[in-house]
Amino acid sequence: MNVSLILIILLVGAIATYIAGDKLASKVALFFGLSALGSSIVLLNHFNLGENISFLHQWINQPNVSFALKADGLSIAMLLLTTALTPIIIFTSFGTEYKNAKAFYSLILFMSFAMVGTFLAADGLLYYIFWELSLIPIYFIALIWGNGDTEERKKAVVKFFIYTLAGSLFMLIAFIYLYQQAGSFLIEDLYKLNLSATEQLWIFLAFFLAYAIKIPIIPFHTWQANVYQKAPAVGTMLLSGIMLKMGLYSIIRWQLPIAPLAAKEYMYIFISLGVAGVLYGSIVALRQKDLKKLLAYSSLAHVGLIAAGTYTLTIDGLRGAVLQMIAHGFVVVGLFFISEIIFRRYETRTIAEMGGIRTQSPKFASMFLLLVLASVALPTTFNFVGEFTVLYSLSQINVWFAFLGGTTIILGAYYMLKMYQQVMLGETNTKVFADVTFKEGLALVLIIAVLFFFGMYPKPITDLITPSLENILTQINRIN
Amino acid sequence: MNTLIAIIGLGVLCLLFEIFELRKAIVPITIIGLLAVLGLNISEFNSPEAYYNNMIIVNKFSTAFSGLFIILTIFLVALSHKFYENHQTKISDFIAIKVFLLAGTVAMVSFGNLAMFFLGIEVLSIALYILAASNRLSIKSNEAGLKYFLMGSFASGIILFGICLIYGAMGTFDVTEISELSRSAELPVWFPIGIVLVTIGMFFKIAAVPFHFWAPDVYEGSPALTTALMSTLAKVVAIATLFKLLNVMNADLSASFQIVVVIISMASMTLGNIMALRQVNVKRMLAYSGISHAGFMLMTLLSVTNAAGSLLYYTSAYALAGIAAFSVILYVCKNTENEDITNFHGLGKTNPLLAAILTASLLSMAGIPIFAGFFAKMVLFNQTIQAGYIALVIVAVVNSIISVGYYFKLILAMYTKEPNETRTGTPVVIYAVAVIAIVLNIALGLFPSLVLDLLA
Repeated sequence: MNVSLILIILLVGAIATYIAGDKLASKVALFFGLSALGSSIVLLNHFNLGENISFLHQWINQPNVSFALKADGLSIAMLLLTTALTPIIIFTSFGTEYKNAKAFYSLILFMSFAMVGTFLAADGLLYYIFWELSLIPIYFIALIWGNGDTEERKKAVVKFFIYTLAGSLFMLIAFIYLYQQAGSFLIEDLYKLNLSATEQLWIFLAFFLAYAIKIPIIPFHTWQANVYQKAPAVGTMLLSGIMLKMGLYSIIRWQLPIAPLAAKEYMYIFISLGVAGVLYGSIVALRQKDLKKLLAYSSLAHVGLIAAGTYTLTIDGLRGAVLQMIAHGFVVVGLFFISEIIFRRYETRTIAEMGGIRTQSPKFASMFLLLVLASVALPTTFNFVGEFTVLYSLSQINVWFAFLGGTTIILGAYYMLKMYQQVMLGETNTKVFADVTFKEGLALVLIIAVLFFFGMYPKPITDLITPSLENILTQINRIN
Repeated sequence: MNTLIAIIGLGVLCLLFEIFELRKAIVPITIIGLLAVLGLNISEFNSPEAYYNNMIIVNKFSTAFSGLFIILTIFLVALSHKFYENHQTKISDFIAIKVFLLAGTVAMVSFGNLAMFFLGIEVLSIALYILAASNRLSIKSNEAGLKYFLMGSFASGIILFGICLIYGAMGTFDVTEISELSRSAELPVWFPIGIVLVTIGMFFKIAAVPFHFWAPDVYEGSPALTTALMSTLAKVVAIATLFKLLNVMNADLSASFQIVVVIISMASMTLGNIMALRQVNVKRMLAYSGISHAGFMLMTLLSVTNAAGSLLYYTSAYALAGIAAFSVILYVCKNTENEDITNFHGLGKTNPLLAAILTASLLSMAGIPIFAGFFAKMVLFNQTIQAGYIALVIVAVVNSIISVGYYFKLILAMYTKEPNETRTGTPVVIYAVAVIAIVLNIALGLFPSLVLDLLA
């Protein structure tokens, strides 16, 4: 049994969903999503028992490319994040009718397939292929099933596509250059390279462009808010919950170990960019009138902090970043689902048109509040564990970074609670707000349960990721 | 050699069909005949041989490319059936011309003598002139034919002049002898001039900047099927021939010549892409996109000694995507006056399958994995970086990004606009050609070694 099984399940699922037809599509997709989750848990078990679950197969002889999938703690954590969020995301869409549902759900599973591939690939070119492949489904999901004016949506989505493609093509050049030095795309061979400082700088920058656009890090973030706003709820969840984690994961897996000298030399610049994202995202979020846009900017702030954490090159920074990646994945999916639930009832995303929902729907109000609190990293939530660890690692580098990065919690609390106040409290809205349905409630409860369980007991995840992060750190600190 | 004879025999047979009033059977029989020729061609793959005092040299390179040309011709002949529906009386002429054209292309990649090379070019070009002007009542088609003829014969003249100079310098038409002589220390100045003239003539045929002016007008004016032929088969043939010519005559290009190639390659891809962004006519857009692809293919000339495999791969990926795209265009623009993008509005709703195929073929041309176009570019970039031209690769990458702009314009039109007409009818042949071409393209993407290792 090895990790290629998950890829097969998701790919077969995508095809089966398309064949199943519009009526059954959502259920078939959910079934395959759950079976992928089930098999990844089984695989985790095998991994913990010390079995080899990697997969290696020669694919192209000239140039030398292998179909190499390698699972260590870090990839398995990301794999679980993807396979856990995919069924939840599919499940959240059950209340909405989509036209041409078979294509829609099939694309979701296909995207999940590509993202899992990105997290598992241990061959540079294979990794690049999965990375690019994930772009096609989200492009169509956002374009065809998105909301708002078609022309504006088209502009936003095409900008997103061209932007990300542009970034990744430079990464491709970097990989080709590395291939010519190493004679193979395999990650072990690339780790062994002894590159000069200048070479490392260029490679670091080429990777940075790809990741900074995907994550996004300031000043490459301009596509983000518009696409989040225009995409359908499911698309936004996929983008913010999982896809941007591809960029953060790739920093840890590819960028830092391959070009450690550049990472050390210019550490301050890249941490500053991350921290700048925190400040910028928080301040812009303060002034948003659209719920989805506010969440988009808050997401920008949080991922800025995660990116800063990865660039500290300390074990705390990396560990905190990975924990926060998982926590943010869940919380952001939950929050975007909240905005979708409100939209289903009020047909609006403008904060000013909401208000007084709490009195009509106390259950919904309490679940929303828990998610807001998790998002602002209240102790006992998973986000606290991640964010606190990252801030601690930043303080080791320079206390000012920690101070500025800490504003994510202060400002975050301010804009999130203000938003909560405007949306949920105040005078009772004249429009009727039906209480959450069982399906909606179940999805939210699941997300909240994960956040609080791991907030109080993060040990299983830290134990899973720490050994592999330590390996990567040794690789970063090797002497060239 | 047997392939060439068989193809010409098949062409004559096509003409005879007219006499025996067998027009209805002509398309299926020609396809079967071409499949047999393909089999014959494959059987020659592992037995290199030279015929008639080195006039024709059959080797791996020539059979591999001939195979590709035969496959492309099969697709084009299959599409003819529907396309010439209203010209039943002339169908055997059109098919016969296509088959003779194929004979010309095969001669062009298997020549061993410059005279044979020129014969091949002329057979190809004259067939193309006729096909370009074949819609004789349309003024645009006439214009296209005349323009192409004037420009093409001018280019042929330059090639001929170059061949004369090479003969003057070397005293022989035989490429192996020329190649041996060119290694001697003292070369007459006529020799490099001759090479440059021949190359310029071939750049005309490929439509590389700055010799590209004919392409957009001719592509737009010609009947759609002829455009399909020109942008896939004819382009691929020309670049393969140029590659072979430079490969067999002087294996190590001088540095100054390489710089010229780099500049022409950069200019072609950039200008082609920028002009394509502004087009509203799909045929014209693909003409400019073809110019930019020519720029990419020219990159193989920088490492002639080992780039044959990647050139074969690139041309196959490009031509298969082109065939798939053009079969959709043939379907959509069958009854329309022009090929403007507006005709494609809402195709995603009215005909999801063909819309998906066109999307896939455009994604392949843009170089998105998992389509063959991605590996084609990847391998090309790899080789060019190895040859030391990283700046060229960066220009190529920037161009790949620009090209997404216009390929997506078409995709957006299909999926976000409302359809302005209802489409009925399921033309089986078009479906079959489009599906097979795109499946072959994806198969090449999944198993690139099949083609990449063929010429190793």
